[in-house]
Amino acid sequence: MKFIYKGVWVLCALLFTSQLFAAQMIMVRSTQSFPEAMLALQSAIKQQGYTVSRVQRVDIGLTNSGYQTDKYRVVFFGKAEEVHELTRKHPELLPYLPWKIVIFAEQDETLLASLDPESFNRFFPDDDLGASFERWRKDIYDILERVRSAEN
Amino acid sequence: MKPGDRMRLITLLALTMLTAPAQAEFNGEQLYARNCAACHGMDGKGGVGVPLALDDFLASVPDSYLFKTIRNGRPGRVMPAFTNLDDEQIRAIVGHIRSWGPPQPSLSGSPIKGNAGHGKLLFDKHCAACHGANGEGSPGTGVTFSRPRDLPILAPALNNPGFLKAAPDQMIKQTLMNGRKGTPMVSFLEMGLSESDINDIVSYVRSFENENGAATSIQLEAETPVLVYESSYDFATTVENVKKAAIGKNFRIIREQYLDQGMVEPGTENTGQKMVYFCNFQLINEALAIDPRVGLFMPCRVTVVEQDGVIKVMSINPKYLSPLFNNSYLNRACNEMYDIYEAILEEATL
Repeated sequence: MKFIYKGVWVLCALLFTSQLFAAQMIMVRSTQSFPEAMLALQSAIKQQGYTVSRVQRVDIGLTNSGYQTDKYRVVFFGKAEEVHELTRKHPELLPYLPWKIVIFAEQDETLLASLDPESFNRFFPDDDLGASFERWRKDIYDILERVRSAEN
Repeated sequence: MKPGDRMRLITLLALTMLTAPAQAEFNGEQLYARNCAACHGMDGKGGVGVPLALDDFLASVPDSYLFKTIRNGRPGRVMPAFTNLDDEQIRAIVGHIRSWGPPQPSLSGSPIKGNAGHGKLLFDKHCAACHGANGEGSPGTGVTFSRPRDLPILAPALNNPGFLKAAPDQMIKQTLMNGRKGTPMVSFLEMGLSESDINDIVSYVRSFENENGAATSIQLEAETPVLVYESSYDFATTVENVKKAAIGKNFRIIREQYLDQGMVEPGTENTGQKMVYFCNFQLINEALAIDPRVGLFMPCRVTVVEQDGVIKVMSINPKYLSPLFNNSYLNRACNEMYDIYEAILEEATL
């Protein structure tokens, strides 16, 4: 009986997630303008239970250098307890934390991208960390999906 | 089976059945929006990825080309291999892309046998200026925030294993014969080349398959995801050393903060984990032109950590991250950044 349950759950999980996977980068396009998408992103991060620790502007001199926009930010986020525990157990993870999402304007729309945490499994092969990567992946998908599907 | 178990099983199966039909319909538009629109645009007009909603493009490529491109991607050229999608899902996406333009062409599957040696001479003369001396294509990504849309799209990498796997000879031939409106690709017939000349070029392009790995698909090798040096200085001195070393490498210190700053109440941060952020704006601009997603490397950062009485300085290993971007042109920048990080860490701990 347990075996059947497990099988059915695995099937459910596969069916649900099959549409959400991309390669080693998670990217979405929001039809919202940059300021709206930025607000939606910060709100989605909070809704997912994370704290936005900082927003870094990457716009100094961009338009002077011929770029079409200077609307480019890096949004850092994390959960304090999780960061404390993980960096205590796995200090090798320190340079990669807190996690980040880049957000930049493309004409009237906005692009958002994050590294796929699951691709870090090969960086740090560890069961404990694998579970964290898997959870982060789901959380990032949920966050970006929330931004993508936010109404104009 | 207990009644409770039976009920749970029925519920689970019902859930599965409810989910399955929704997946089985495979709405191409939705799948495209989720998997492709970020790069190619909601309407296929292009962005980080090439434009797809071009009549001439769609009129010259078979559905099998689109299918194989989605399935195998373009190693080293940003376009990932969508191994997560099943065949039906990819077909649904292809159907959606096809809805933007004419039906697929009717192309014979027979290979073209031309004179590759003569084709190379013609390639060097007529194709290399855009597609590169070895068919490696133009650097960078498609039109995006850093490239105005009135610029021509980037020439594809013809030596890319993904392209060669997807493009049948007849498709390459038709493209050479007819050109592609809306792109710099002109008709070679109109340029005065004969059909035989074009066959020779196709054979030369096909010969790229015999090369040992196109430059566009080569990825960096790295031994470790993290660069770590131990410091014999105290924590505060090490932080200062990192700053001096970064400045010495032409970076500007933009910020230093504790790792958990912003996540915890001010004054309660873990003071044994400090991040030093630094930037070189010229490097940023150059990197963004190669790939707009490189903000994921930014700002440059070294973390100083004290653990069990030992002071360490750490950074990401850019060589390790580079393959995640599937952009071979980033490799050089990541190699350079690797050297810079190594130099800063070493100097800070000397």
